[in-house]
Amino acid sequence: MVTMVQALNRALGDAMRADPSVVVFGEDVGTLGGVFRVTDGLTKEFGPDRCFDTPLAESGIVGVAVGMAMQGLRPVVEMQFDAFAYPAFEQVASHVAKLRNRTRGAVQTPIVIRVPYGGGIGGVEHHSDSSEGLYAQVPGLKVSTPATVSDAYVLLREAIADPDPVVFFEPKRLYWSTAEIDLPASAPGSGRAEIRRPGSDVTLMTYGPSVPLALEAADAATAELGLDVEVLDLRTLVPLDEASIIDSISRTGRGVVVTEAPSFAGPAAEIAALAHEHCFYSLAAPIRRVTGLDIPYPPPAYEHHYLPSVERILDTLLDLEWEEPFTRAA
Amino acid sequence: MRTSADHHETSTTRLLPSPVPVRFLDEDGRLGPEDERGGFAIPTDEALLETYRWMAIGRRFDTEASALARQGRLAVYPSSRGQEACQVGGVLALGSEDWLFPTYRDTVSLVVRGIDPVESLSLLRGEWHCGYDPVASRVAPQCTPLATHLPHAVGVAWAARRRGEDVVAMAFVGDGGTSEGDFHEALNFAAVFGVPVVFLVQNNRWAISVPLEIQTHAPSLASKGVGYGVRGEWVDGNDAVAVTAMLADAVRYARAERAPVLVEALTYRMAAHTNADDDRRYREASEVDVWQRRDPVSRLESYLVNTGALVQDDIDAVAKESESLAERIRDGLAGDVREGADDVFAHVYAHPPERLMRQRADVLAAE
Ligand SMILES: Cc1ncc(C[n+]2csc(CCOP(=O)(O)OP(=O)(O)O)c2C)c(N)n1
Repeated sequence: MVTMVQALNRALGDAMRADPSVVVFGEDVGTLGGVFRVTDGLTKEFGPDRCFDTPLAESGIVGVAVGMAMQGLRPVVEMQFDAFAYPAFEQVASHVAKLRNRTRGAVQTPIVIRVPYGGGIGGVEHHSDSSEGLYAQVPGLKVSTPATVSDAYVLLREAIADPDPVVFFEPKRLYWSTAEIDLPASAPGSGRAEIRRPGSDVTLMTYGPSVPLALEAADAATAELGLDVEVLDLRTLVPLDEASIIDSISRTGRGVVVTEAPSFAGPAAEIAALAHEHCFYSLAAPIRRVTGLDIPYPPPAYEHHYLPSVERILDTLLDLEWEEPFTRAA
Repeated sequence: MRTSADHHETSTTRLLPSPVPVRFLDEDGRLGPEDERGGFAIPTDEALLETYRWMAIGRRFDTEASALARQGRLAVYPSSRGQEACQVGGVLALGSEDWLFPTYRDTVSLVVRGIDPVESLSLLRGEWHCGYDPVASRVAPQCTPLATHLPHAVGVAWAARRRGEDVVAMAFVGDGGTSEGDFHEALNFAAVFGVPVVFLVQNNRWAISVPLEIQTHAPSLASKGVGYGVRGEWVDGNDAVAVTAMLADAVRYARAERAPVLVEALTYRMAAHTNADDDRRYREASEVDVWQRRDPVSRLESYLVNTGALVQDDIDAVAKESESLAERIRDGLAGDVREGADDVFAHVYAHPPERLMRQRADVLAAE
C-alpha cells in the first residue's frame, strides 16, 4: 500500500539518486521533511547540499533556482501552499518561463515548482486555492497535476527530467490516498490523458483532485440515471492532450468539465472551447462546466458550497440535452 | 568575557559603511586628503589607465547609442552618461570566470566585458531580448523587472561554490531597485548561503521621475547591508579612482571570505531616464549642472594627466579607438532588423506543445 505522499517522496529520492544535479529546497523541507512530509528523509540521505531549508521568501527561492539552473542544476522547489506561491509569481512569469526564449535556447530552466493545491481539507484561508489556470496561461511553463498515486510518481519524475520548467500541482486532499502498487510506478508520460472509466453517453473531463469525484459521480449517474459516463483524466494541462478530448467527445457527443478552479477564464473554459471548436458536428449538447465558484475560497464551514460535488455534477448531466428527458430515480 | 552586546557592537561596526562616501579625488581631479579614502590604497597607474581607456570608450558608445535612439535606429536607449566609473570599475574588477548581472542601463558594462558592441544593443534595438550567449560570456541577460536578477546572481554563486569553482557574481541595481522585495531577499539569501556576490547599487538619484528621498529614509543605501549581516561600502561613484579601488577590494573580499558585499556608488543620471523621457517635468537643469562639474571621465583624465601617467598621445589614441567603435555600431545597425516569424516560436519550449506548433504553422503560412 503506497500513499501519494510516499510516491512523491520516492520520485524525488530516485531522481536525486539518478542525477546529482537535482537539488531540493524550500521552506521546512529539510529537517522536518516538508509540512506534508513529501521531502521526508532526503536531507538525511543526500546531505544538506542536496536538500535544504531556505529563508522564508518565495520569490527568493524561485529566483535562486533560476541562477542555479543557469549553472546547469535542476532545482526542485516547494511552495508550502498554493496561495503562498504568489510572491514568486514574478520570478515564475518573467524568468522561469522566459529565460529560454530570451536567450534563444542558450539558457534552460529545468526547474520544478511543486505546489500543494486545492481545497476540501478544511483549511483556513489561503490554504485551498486552485491557481493552476494562472500558470497554464504563461507561455513557457508546463503544468502537471496527478490524480493517482502512480501518476504522482511518474509525472514528477518526468517533470524533473524535463528540460522545460514545470509547475507541479499536487492535490492536497489526495496526499493520503493509497494504491496497491509497487514503486517505482509506471504510467504513460505527460501530455497524455487517461480514460479512468470508459463510457458512451457523456464524458467528464477533469484532473487532479476532481478525478475521484468525477468517478463517484459517474457511478451515481449509472445507478440513478442509467447513464454510461466516461471519465477522462487530463493529467497535464500544459501540454494538453487535445486528441484524447476530441476523440472522447466525438464518441459520446456530450461533455462536462469538472475543476476546482474558478470558472471565469479558467481551465474549464479553455477545455470547453476546445471541444466546441473541434467537435461541433458531433455535439448533441453544449459542453458544460462544474467548477469552483467565482469567489475567494470560502472558510471551511462554507467550502461545500464552493467545491464541485456529485450532486452538482448529476444536476448538470441531467440538464444536458437528452432525447428523452430524465427523471431521477431517487 | 565578551558579551553578546559587545559582539553585536563589533560585528555591526565592521559591517557598516563609512558615514560619507569614500573618495580619492576632488571635483577637479586632484588627490584629496588621505582620511577620506576609507583605508583603500591608490590603484596602480596601469589599472587606472585601463579604467580611463574604457570610460572614454564607454562615453563615446553612450553618445552614439543615444544618437541612434533619436534617429529611431534603437527602439529605446537608457543612457548611463555620468555613470562610467561604475560601468567600467565593476567589470574590470572581475576575473574571466566571474559572472556579471546587468540591468537595461548597463549596456556599456557589456561592452567592457567583451560582448560585441552591436550584439550588446540587440535588446534595445528590439531585435531580440538578449543578443549574446550568457553562458559563454558569463553575462546574464540585461534585466528589466527591477531587482529580479539579484537572486539569480545568488543562485549562480551557490551552484559554482557547490562545484568547487571559484566564481564571484557581480550584480548591478539602481537606487529605485533597492526598494523592491527581491533586493532584500537576495541580500538575505546571499548572507545566509555564504556566497560571493557583489551587489553594486548605482545610486544615480533618480528612478525615472522619483527622487531618492521617496525610495528610502536610510542614511545611505549601503547601510542596508548590516540588517542582513552583509558588509556595506559607500563610495563616490563619480571618482573612478575610488570606485576602482573599492570594487577590486569588494571582489577580493567576496572571493576570500565567501561572503556578499553591498557597495553603493553615489553617482548621477546625467540624461533623462531614456530618450523617451522628458526630465524637465521633474528636475531642475541647475541640478544637472552641479553634477556636470563632477564628471567622472574628465576627473580621472585630469588626475592622470597631472600625475604624468597620461599624455596627449594616449588621449588621442583612445579617442581614435572610440571613434572606430562608434562607426562599427553605426554600420552594424544600419540595415533593417532581420526577423522571421519562426524565431518567436523556436525557443519557447525545448519540447513545445502541439498547440504551439499549430499556431506556428498558421503564422508561417500567412507570411
Ligand atoms: C518591477 C518593475 N517595476 C517597474 C518597472 C518600470 N521601471 C523601469 S526603470 C524604472 C526606474 C528604476 O530606477 P532605478 O532602479 O533607480 O534605476 P535607473 O533606471 O535609475 O538606472 C522603473 C520604475 C520595472 N522595470 N520593473
